[in-house]
Amino acid sequence: MPERIIVPFGPQHPVLPEPIHLDLVLEDETVVEAVPSIGYIHRGLERLIEKREYTEYVYVAERICGICSFMHALCYSQGIEEIMKIEVPDRAHYLRTIWSECSRLHSHLLWLGLFADSMGFENLFMRSWQLRESVLDVLEDTTGGRVIQGTCKVGGVRRDIGAEKLAEMHRALDPFEAQCRDLGDVFLNDETVKYRLQGLGVISKDEAYALGAAGPTARGSGVAMDHRETGYAAYGDLGFKPVVETAGDCYARCAVRVKEVYASIDLIRRAISEMPEGSLDVKVKGAPDGEYFSRVEQPRGEVVHYLRGNGTKHLARARIRTPTLANIPPLVKMLPGAQLADVPVVVLSIDPCISCTER
Amino acid sequence: MTVNEEQTTIGVALEDLTREVKALQTDGYRLVQIGCTDTGGAYEVNYSFDRGYQYRNLRLTVGPETEVPSISDIYWGAFVYENEMHDLFGIPVNGINIDFKGTFIKTAEKYPFSVTRRGGDQCRNA
Repeated sequence: MPERIIVPFGPQHPVLPEPIHLDLVLEDETVVEAVPSIGYIHRGLERLIEKREYTEYVYVAERICGICSFMHALCYSQGIEEIMKIEVPDRAHYLRTIWSECSRLHSHLLWLGLFADSMGFENLFMRSWQLRESVLDVLEDTTGGRVIQGTCKVGGVRRDIGAEKLAEMHRALDPFEAQCRDLGDVFLNDETVKYRLQGLGVISKDEAYALGAAGPTARGSGVAMDHRETGYAAYGDLGFKPVVETAGDCYARCAVRVKEVYASIDLIRRAISEMPEGSLDVKVKGAPDGEYFSRVEQPRGEVVHYLRGNGTKHLARARIRTPTLANIPPLVKMLPGAQLADVPVVVLSIDPCISCTER
Repeated sequence: MTVNEEQTTIGVALEDLTREVKALQTDGYRLVQIGCTDTGGAYEVNYSFDRGYQYRNLRLTVGPETEVPSISDIYWGAFVYENEMHDLFGIPVNGINIDFKGTFIKTAEKYPFSVTRRGGDQCRNA
């Protein structure tokens, strides 16, 4: 029997933009066990709810993550709106959907670039991030912010997108989609990419479900689960079907994200076409009294904001379960059997966002 | 087609916890999260499950020193939430499959959300 050694992976590692640590137990070059460890940058943002009024906490929620910041604000706002029975105007729902899908687009393109980088495919990394820039430009144009948008609030949205800008965005979608499909073609059909990813980090459908996997990690294993199906924001009007792959390997998780890029473009196109007229927000009075588990589908999967009001301006509790935390157990199960050189690719295949996890 | 989401919360006694969780697993529910709330002298622990966007919560209320049984032999992935319960709230969880014994989440304060925090654990940076 080969000698077992433990190789520490992270918290600082060239492929990890954020700190997570894994103790990899190896036999020769093969991983036989992985033990994760987090908490290097835990910020205690949940506790801040005691010091911020419930309307102000949207700003804190947005700062949980620098990638899906808008969706954290949306999830939090929807939770408060549910507790206080606030009816948000239709136009706000559509604008929230457009900004959510822009967030998903730039998150997936960011991940595709990082994933290409982890495989050593530098040109593909640069091309992915080049396309991501154009999405960030749209976010900056329409909200004023590339990273933190600040447009979502309890009761609606703060900013509108004018008809002229919407038409310009609509015109830009066709050439943008063509470029994304060129990029996706490399991820889906290039022989070197397939050779590197297929059969790597496999997790079955039953395992993914039993381990509580979320987002593309679950859908890449055939679990057809996407919270947009519940029809929050404008998804109910626009209609939505989850993107699902069945192989459960790194290639399948990559394919899900590539196809979700196309799906997001289609959702934005339809949201622009069907954008209703009307107000952007409703006036919010009083204070939340009650509790709700608000859920939104982020790029990495379902996020849960448990919010509990006590009739005052300060919530009694905000508890945030991020998709990366849910995807750590599946990651621990994916790694055994992988070669040490493949560990960065497998780890990145769950799209870990430690910033979210260390809320 | 839009699927309607439903949320239900039912209380569960400490001695019934693992049996109720096992019943949900048998019914095809997945574990979504375990979260704690400090209710001023006690904790509410929400065990959240989902099946087809039907969201069910088992709510356990325990005192600060009460030992809670792990559900990680039923839901293997529960260890992340149970270690979090211990590291952030100081709730002792018995029988976790991967027990980090207080080192899963590294915080400056030993149990930052503990109901026994005041006059108890001191912030190391203080």
